[in-house]
Amino acid sequence: MSPSDQVILTMAGISKSFPGVKALENVDFDLRRGEIHALMGENGAGKSTLIKTLTGVEHPDSGVITLDGQVVQVRSPQHAQELGISTVYQEINLCPNLTVAENILIGREPRRAGRIDWKAMNQRARQMLLRLDVDIDVQQTLGSYSVAIQQMAAIVRALEIASAKILILDEPTSSLDAHETAKLFQVMRQLKSEGMAIVFITHFIDQVYEISDRITVLRNGNLVGCYETSALPQLELIANMLGRIMVDLDDVSRAKLKREQHLDAAPLLQARGLGSDGAIAPFDLDLHTGEVVGLAGLLGSGRTELAGLLFGIEKPDQGTMSFAGQPVRKFSPLASILRGVALSPEDRKAAGIVDELSVRENIVLAMQASRGWLRFLSKARQVEIADRYIKLLNIVTPSADQPIKNLSGGNQQKVILARWLATDPQVLILDEPTRGIDVGAKAEIQKLVVSLADEGKACVFISSELEEVLRCSDRIVVLREQAKVTELSGAAMNADTIMQTIAGSQP
Amino acid sequence: MTPSNSAWKRFTNSQVFWPLVALALIMLFNAIFTPGFFKLEIKDGHLFGSLIDIINRGAPLMVLSIGMTIVIATGGVDLSVGAVVAISAAMATVLINPALGKQLIASDKLVQDVSATPLPLVVAAALLVSALCGLWNGLLVSRGNIQPMVATLVLMVAGRGIAQLITGGQIITVYFTPYFFIGNGYLAGVPFTLFIVAAVFLIAWLLTRKTAVGMFVESVGINARSSFYSGINEKNIKLLVYTVSGLCAGVAGLIISSNIKSADANNAGLGFELDAILAVVIGGTLMSGGRFSLLASIIGALVIQSMTTTMYAIGVPAMAAQAVKALVVLAVILLYSQQLRDGLSRLLERKGARL
Repeated sequence: MSPSDQVILTMAGISKSFPGVKALENVDFDLRRGEIHALMGENGAGKSTLIKTLTGVEHPDSGVITLDGQVVQVRSPQHAQELGISTVYQEINLCPNLTVAENILIGREPRRAGRIDWKAMNQRARQMLLRLDVDIDVQQTLGSYSVAIQQMAAIVRALEIASAKILILDEPTSSLDAHETAKLFQVMRQLKSEGMAIVFITHFIDQVYEISDRITVLRNGNLVGCYETSALPQLELIANMLGRIMVDLDDVSRAKLKREQHLDAAPLLQARGLGSDGAIAPFDLDLHTGEVVGLAGLLGSGRTELAGLLFGIEKPDQGTMSFAGQPVRKFSPLASILRGVALSPEDRKAAGIVDELSVRENIVLAMQASRGWLRFLSKARQVEIADRYIKLLNIVTPSADQPIKNLSGGNQQKVILARWLATDPQVLILDEPTRGIDVGAKAEIQKLVVSLADEGKACVFISSELEEVLRCSDRIVVLREQAKVTELSGAAMNADTIMQTIAGSQP
Repeated sequence: MTPSNSAWKRFTNSQVFWPLVALALIMLFNAIFTPGFFKLEIKDGHLFGSLIDIINRGAPLMVLSIGMTIVIATGGVDLSVGAVVAISAAMATVLINPALGKQLIASDKLVQDVSATPLPLVVAAALLVSALCGLWNGLLVSRGNIQPMVATLVLMVAGRGIAQLITGGQIITVYFTPYFFIGNGYLAGVPFTLFIVAAVFLIAWLLTRKTAVGMFVESVGINARSSFYSGINEKNIKLLVYTVSGLCAGVAGLIISSNIKSADANNAGLGFELDAILAVVIGGTLMSGGRFSLLASIIGALVIQSMTTTMYAIGVPAMAAQAVKALVVLAVILLYSQQLRDGLSRLLERKGARL
């Protein structure tokens, strides 16, 4: 059989837009029987949107999905299951308080005389698990088993729901340890040998090379390419994922000489052996006024956790931090704001915007919090502050009283930046400030970061896009596997070195 | 757009618009079916009439709905207010009348102007106990991370027991005339309860709209995580709103016990928590939290009270009253449904196109 005979699914020219952002643009994807196909890309690359169009959660604006030679329109998740497309999501959506057997067969319990045949049900669940070489007591509650076993149960359930032909595993290993992962891979290999087509989404590069046959890489909603795993060196994969955005950013040029002088002065913020168990290994970090320090690393490398420690989202388990020469004792967002530290969080929707509140209220929120509840900013003052930042950051909104949820992603991000600039911070930590926003707004935000540093603020800049980090930063801290690996500056600060460090081929 | 036009648009978009429509509809019903509903008379220099009655009887509910509004705005709910009403009433009456009134009867004649405790102290103690009840709820929710419904359910159940402990299991009757003024008195021709409602409203409005508390409450209710990242102390905000709700319940307890001149641990404020929640919902504040309007909740409370009064006025049998009330509430809530409104306007447009 030639590979084309084995193709079970093709998605051609899939596009999908959300208000303010193009999530997918003309993406092609194909899947063969009996293969494990890794779908790779950083956050916002469009992986989950692509999967959602396949599972009927979202409907593509354009494009054709062909399943088994038939053109199909996946109407709903239920319809997807009827078509033989089963998905196991990242968060296990089973019921921990029900037994394993109930979880696997819920809704399709074997019946006898109208009543549930518990014996048959337990037996069937047990057999199905045994097929995957999992031998457990299915009458125990699901919650009493490890996450790996729960994952297996989820997979068994997904297989059971329909005569599944396609199995989508969305970050199945993110909460598994090495042993459990090995177990899962064993199951995946077995399913593969039975002819199952498996889509495997993960951000662990090593695992992709261990198990996948082919790799499709997405970036910024575009298809980068589809490769045979054996023919794609690890370094090239990372380069493809991190990529280079084609923006005219000549303006983002900086007078680096001017900055060198600052480095002699005492650091504004100093971390020594700061760490948090299970989040980020102890690290040292110095931040000087007027510099931009970039954090480079893949998703899950600990860059967000590092930023969270500096801002007091999490309390450190060890190490010390000092600010302006004074040791820091209170770790909380409010204490950080009062100190002069600001953090624009990675997840804009969940931790940034307050969607029903107006643009004006979103802008003054942190400033008001730092003033306390009694020293209330009058409406007139709020309007004045909001209008100033709307103008300064070129925020496109019909009025300052517009709920922020009505704005595009880029403009929402600018409002969040305005919120932090209004607190007049000395240290500004920006976690993925350009994610999921259009190219124009990206360029504006990058320019802003540079000009803020020129004004004497210390900036920490985190981005999945290497090019962007390189362009804006004076120094780059590279992270891998939840630890700071190295710090690069000067000539060593180039894309090749960083990618090799991320890939682990250099210290 | 002319200025008057935009002012009208602002009004129709505001949170008080739909509650006012509901209230107007009930009033319209009364104008047609209840003779003399709008009649106001002056007897002994006091205003009388159904409208005054609505305000007077609705006072406890209006006060409760103020506290409930800001609790709901944080995404919580306070089921204990009815029980706190009973605690407050029990506390006040016991302090006035520790020996259940027996010692106040001297030579077969009631001593009507004697209280075991000075009146200001009675009021202060009742309010203090109520505030502590609210603080307890707030601690469970904010420090214990217990779901608001469960956390306040504890006091909803236990509160009536506490009230019974305070009263020794008796229904305490009060004979202290000055205390009656709170729930029955008149000031400048209008019921004193109206002044109480106005004062509570004013204080709550100043607290939420002239300090940053209102903004923090809404922010926490909409997105607690974003609020935390912005430096808002979510826990203290929650502690505050439950305490305020407890205080409001305390005020309501004083009004009720004064009005009926006794405290019944089992029945004072029974079911009030649900009416208060309903008032907030009719006022258009979402149960999921976020934007709130104190005024709209007050109007919501008036809607509920005028419904009750209307049913008495037109002679709906007491047995059927609850069912009729439920139907009216259903109608009001449907009025709020965006889907229904969209459907109606689509229907109207289609009709318009055909004509």
